[in-house]
Amino acid sequence: MEKIEKEPLLSAKNIKLMTGPLGDQNPITVQVLGICSALAVTVKMKPAIVMAISVMVVLAISNVIISAMRKSIPGRIRIIVQLVVIATMVIIVDQFLKAFAFDVSKQLSVFVGLIITNCIIMGRLEAFALANKPWPAFLDGLGNSWGYGLILIIVSFFREFLGSGSIMGFPVMEKMGVYNFGYEDNGFMILPPMALITVGLIIWFQRSRNKSLIETK
Amino acid sequence: MNFLLKQIKKIKPQFEQGGRFGKLRSVFEGFETFIFVPEKVTSKGSHIRDYMDMKRTMTVVIMALLPALLFGSYNIGLQHTRAFGIEGWSLMQMFWFGFLKILPLIIVSYAVGLGIEFVVAQLRGHEINEGYLVTGMLIPLIMPVDVPLWMVAVSVAFAVIIGKEIFGGTGMNILNPALTARAFLFFSYPGWMTGDKVWIEGLTRGTAVDGFSGATPLVLAKLDEFDRMPSAMDMFIGTIPGSVGETSALAIIIGAVILIATGVGSWRIMLSMTLGGLGMGLLLNLVGSSEYTQLPAYYHLIMGGFAFGAVFMATDPVTAAQTNTGKWIYGALAGIMVVIIRVFNPAYPEGTMLAILLMNVFAPLIDHYVVNASIKRRLKRIKTT
Repeated sequence: MEKIEKEPLLSAKNIKLMTGPLGDQNPITVQVLGICSALAVTVKMKPAIVMAISVMVVLAISNVIISAMRKSIPGRIRIIVQLVVIATMVIIVDQFLKAFAFDVSKQLSVFVGLIITNCIIMGRLEAFALANKPWPAFLDGLGNSWGYGLILIIVSFFREFLGSGSIMGFPVMEKMGVYNFGYEDNGFMILPPMALITVGLIIWFQRSRNKSLIETK
Repeated sequence: MNFLLKQIKKIKPQFEQGGRFGKLRSVFEGFETFIFVPEKVTSKGSHIRDYMDMKRTMTVVIMALLPALLFGSYNIGLQHTRAFGIEGWSLMQMFWFGFLKILPLIIVSYAVGLGIEFVVAQLRGHEINEGYLVTGMLIPLIMPVDVPLWMVAVSVAFAVIIGKEIFGGTGMNILNPALTARAFLFFSYPGWMTGDKVWIEGLTRGTAVDGFSGATPLVLAKLDEFDRMPSAMDMFIGTIPGSVGETSALAIIIGAVILIATGVGSWRIMLSMTLGGLGMGLLLNLVGSSEYTQLPAYYHLIMGGFAFGAVFMATDPVTAAQTNTGKWIYGALAGIMVVIIRVFNPAYPEGTMLAILLMNVFAPLIDHYVVNASIKRRLKRIKTT
């Protein structure tokens, strides 16, 4: 029997699975997945963070489950199997939020349920979990949801700061007293188009830093 | 002038590639061509270069805007005296009062907009885009007079960076930059862009005399208060509350004549947009049931920003349709959309800005189909013969 070389748990390759999505493999700005929820839940920072954590739980665990079953899932019905797994996870997360964080759950409303349709999750299950072992799949799930959460937090920071004048619900602008000088919150930042423009600006910034991301015509 | 020309010639080598101020080349070039007609000569073959370059075209538009600007200044003074019951101001007094109120808007608009253009031109190492000369004048004319200056600065920065420079500068933008600035302001700070106080100088700070309302005709129409609307003649001359340059259809028509006579503005777009608005108004007169739909169709042309939009905004050569047939379709749809938004959308009393921005987005599509139809027609002709 030949000896199987054991890979260390956090080999360079595995670490790359986690750090890649934070930068050059970012699910939102580079793979352009999961844009819809990035527009919907980023008005305030708190729901955005809760959303990021929910996606992390769902994505990491579904990745592991699908990856563990990958040899026994018939190719023709794999999408349905994936959906069942995701839906189960989402319902668990949704119920958990309703029980322990009702206010945030109400703010997020349908968008927790809509994690099922979040392209990142299906995309990662299809592209990664079906072809890799559970441990790398778990790391990939973590990495991608961190990349997703990072963009969500950046966007929601600017939208909450400029649109509502607060950070994490703390009224920064009011404490600085800028309203006395005639400053007003920018109502446009609260509307979805501004989220799209903010994401666009992040993409612009990222690509001007890393020219290899710019598509050739 | 000769002295100036000599001086410019003298310092020019310093700004060429490798010269002492080589990095500021585009700034120098911008000023030089602003003052004198560029002396570029083609080196191969024979070409005829028209002196009517972009900067001259822009200058014509600025001239066409002057009547609206001058009347707008007078109207600010007039509305101010009416609101606060001031009597005995002469015409010149009203004009100067208004002019001094617009001046800060114009200065902020140009300073911020041109500042960004200069920086971007330096970063990219190309000529300074002259497109902002007109945009910078249009923006103060479509603002309420009482809007805070920092808001103007923010919206101008947004319009120039997001609306224009991201797409590659003048000539590449999809949306009209002036309207982008106004739309940004409209959605960001709605309290300063709608209502019945912002249109009249001083009304946001003081209280008007009894019985005076600063509501524009469009707001009155939206509120179903048709008996309080000014007469059609007042709306045509422009002695009504509204954005700085949009109130007077008369002054705008003078501008339109200048644009059409010099061939700078497209008469097709102006005419088709007018016809579109008029036609939709007439259609509503026939089938509509509410009081707003029964408003005489020509009211839509003289209320709010319709005339200003049709003459100065929709005709923007960059964002309008390029083909002649396309211009007819583009203009007519814009006119129809204005009336539809005004009458049926409960949230927005004015529809000109949104209608033109929407049609800006559709202009390339319209052109695409017009060009394809033309190609098909010609192919058919070849096949049959």
